[in-house]
Amino acid sequence: MYPRTLTIDDIEALALGAWILGTGGGGSPYHRLLNMRELYRAGNKVTLIDPMSLANDALVAVLSNMGAPLVGQERLSDPAFATKPVRTMERYLGRTFDAVMSLEIGGGNGLHPLMVAAVTGYPVVDADTMGRAYPEAQMTSVAVANLQCYPLALADIRDNEVIIPRAESWRWMERISRKACAEVGSIASTCKAPRSGREVKDHAILYTTTQAIDLGRAVMAARDAHTDPVAAIIESASGIRLFEGKVVDIDRRATEGFLRGQAEIDGLDGDAGSRFTVHFQNEFSVGYRDGAPVVMTPDLICVVDSVSGDGIGTDVIRYGQRVSVLALPSPAIFLTPSGLKNVGPRAFGFDLEFRSVFEDGAP
Amino acid sequence: MIRIGIDVGGTNTDAVLIDRQQVAGAVKTPTTADVTGGVRTALRSLLDETGRGDEVAAVMIGTTHFVNAVVQRRGLNRAAALRICLPSSASLRPMVDWPEDLAAVVNDGAYLVAGGHEYDGRLLAPLDETAIAAAAREMRAADVTAAAVTAVFSPLTDELEARAAEIMRQEHPDLRITLSSALGRIGLLERENVALLNAALADLAAATVYAFEEAIADSGITAPLFVTQNDGTVASIAVARQAPVFGFASGPTNSMRGAAFLSGLDDAMVLDIGGTTSDIGCLVTGFPREANNVVETGGVRTNFRMPDLLSIGIGGGTIVDSDTLAVGPQSVGHRLTEAALVFGGDTLTLTDIAVAAGLAEIGESAAVASLSQQMVKTVTAVVSHRLEEAVDRMKTHAAPKPLLVVGGGAMLAPQAMGGISEVLRVPHHGVANAVGAATGQVSGEVDRVFRDMTRDTLLAEAEAMARDNAVAAGADPTTLKTIEREDLPLAYLPGNAVRARVRVVGDIGALARAKNAK
Repeated sequence: MYPRTLTIDDIEALALGAWILGTGGGGSPYHRLLNMRELYRAGNKVTLIDPMSLANDALVAVLSNMGAPLVGQERLSDPAFATKPVRTMERYLGRTFDAVMSLEIGGGNGLHPLMVAAVTGYPVVDADTMGRAYPEAQMTSVAVANLQCYPLALADIRDNEVIIPRAESWRWMERISRKACAEVGSIASTCKAPRSGREVKDHAILYTTTQAIDLGRAVMAARDAHTDPVAAIIESASGIRLFEGKVVDIDRRATEGFLRGQAEIDGLDGDAGSRFTVHFQNEFSVGYRDGAPVVMTPDLICVVDSVSGDGIGTDVIRYGQRVSVLALPSPAIFLTPSGLKNVGPRAFGFDLEFRSVFEDGAP
Repeated sequence: MIRIGIDVGGTNTDAVLIDRQQVAGAVKTPTTADVTGGVRTALRSLLDETGRGDEVAAVMIGTTHFVNAVVQRRGLNRAAALRICLPSSASLRPMVDWPEDLAAVVNDGAYLVAGGHEYDGRLLAPLDETAIAAAAREMRAADVTAAAVTAVFSPLTDELEARAAEIMRQEHPDLRITLSSALGRIGLLERENVALLNAALADLAAATVYAFEEAIADSGITAPLFVTQNDGTVASIAVARQAPVFGFASGPTNSMRGAAFLSGLDDAMVLDIGGTTSDIGCLVTGFPREANNVVETGGVRTNFRMPDLLSIGIGGGTIVDSDTLAVGPQSVGHRLTEAALVFGGDTLTLTDIAVAAGLAEIGESAAVASLSQQMVKTVTAVVSHRLEEAVDRMKTHAAPKPLLVVGGGAMLAPQAMGGISEVLRVPHHGVANAVGAATGQVSGEVDRVFRDMTRDTLLAEAEAMARDNAVAAGADPTTLKTIEREDLPLAYLPGNAVRARVRVVGDIGALARAKNAK
């Protein structure tokens, strides 16, 4: 099955699936999808490869767009811009990459390396480092595994390039690159610390591109067949339906660069009479049923439209929407003590002991 | 004061004459292909019925003509795009996400030049004035007649778009230019789309407004003409010619405004049940609540100020499958009076169900006497449930609100709904849209960034500016009322920047009537 040439239908499905895996954050993939349609129309193609086929000494670029979603509304994503830091990094390292991959499969960044692949011809590794979307650099599988966090290349749309050759920790790398990003207009394309083939095989979250494509395809097929797209998500991603209801209140505020708040959902049908509260910090982070915590990060909390199965962003969720709250299983690495330290409930300010909804005897 | 309101819909042209807050005459006539034929007929029968043409102080017309032109891809002129964005945003060209058939009839070239702003007010790149002049010369050589100008972050400051237009006019004096900052919000692609649609309507807007003026003059009325807008106010004909997109949603908006006027309620939900769809909206202080999100028009994503509406496929002409009991979304549309069972046709529609259920007396009730009562009950319940759920979706708070029901299919609405304090069928509901047009007011608005001022001072200043704008647009200064007042701190801008938006409305004053008269 590998190497696999992706069709534009695969990429349409990927956009849908990545938006669901964004767990409310990560930004809409729409502009990147438009770019991919243009690139495919012009004859470009993307090849997806099996991470396990990478040579141990292969060099893989980990790519993402960084910045404020508002700026992305005005300064549109562009394959040439996404490719810039890859070339910067290659010049810095004095060697070329063998492949590219996503930093995060969730949200718009799920499609980001595909734009670079279509332009450069590099294959895309079927993997990422989050399995979803998270807001900060230390919230990745490679950070949890304590791999080296440098060097990082960051490019501006103008003739400005930044290399951060060294940083003391992932958190320092996050702080320094965030400052550089703000200076160039709060939008930058980045090439994170390159990974060897060995590191990808051992520490990346494998096969998430395919997972997102399959998820998107399952939703599309359900829509075509007029069956339940939410059930299709659950089946495709081995998830659980936690709650179904109607959004009755939203509290949203921007603080310290994050979109924080909570949505209150009143139950319908089987959940009538219950209330579900889902908190978010860019992404959905913790869910309470009738006051008791039932689901928390790193389990993926996805809020989707009950009818269409479309993901719903924390920036656009609003009163009256009919939503289903789903949990999808977290990558195993985040369930370890060091994983929970970086992305568990306490990393988002909730004083809760992590308990997965997928554990036996979970609430 | 006597005013005439006319709503030119896709199927019917409705007209009312309002005298001192009362409906003194109402007519409904089919819309003609040339649009103004229906207006002439409606005016003539209205004046014959009331005999009061001399006393009319103003005529307000709302029309779905412009939005229909986009949806049906006819009557549009070509338009070029000038985008001030380089070095950013180069890969996604203007009209990149338009349906191909629409782009094919509109696209008259795209020009990308350097310039634009950052989110914090710095320049993205210096404005390339030479490239703009060259683009304008090329447009002139290629006989381009209309253009849309869009700069990165122009909703924060329109200075680059204004400068570009100045340069373009020097090179190509006949070019009709639309600035995106005058129409849309943050979101480059969607704002550019709005500006391009507006530019593509330049010919049609000029011709339609002229035809309306002629139709009114021919009827013997000397009163001035105003055109209704998406936000429920009316604009001078000069504004209507320049910004036809601002009339896109005037149909549903006028229905909502009419419902408010006829019921005397300012805060309510409105359900407008037509032949094919039901439109649901929300009235806040007498005006439709605005949509915050992207609104698709004719397959094009746009982000300008439109009423927040939800349309579902429930109407008097909606087809019911007698085997599966599936309701819609197909409708017999304007063929209702030939296709429905009660009109001797062979298609089961919701109008037939309503007659069978005893909710309405339309056509031949004998034609539906054989329908099973069980089926009628089931379908009525499905319709009630869908309407109830759609109304509830459009509410923004849990507290119960009244629901105003208007439109030809009003009989389909249930007597009571969850979350609704009472279901009200307003008088003259069949011509609520024309009533909404007739009662339109003039607005003045300010939407800009203020720096280094206290909240009270800046809001007071914004309000004073909005009042001045309203009076300049023709409002009677003694009737001004502030209907919207919001301030949004822009945390990422230097100098304690606050974006303030104030909207003021007032009745049309004598000055405006004089000024807008031919």
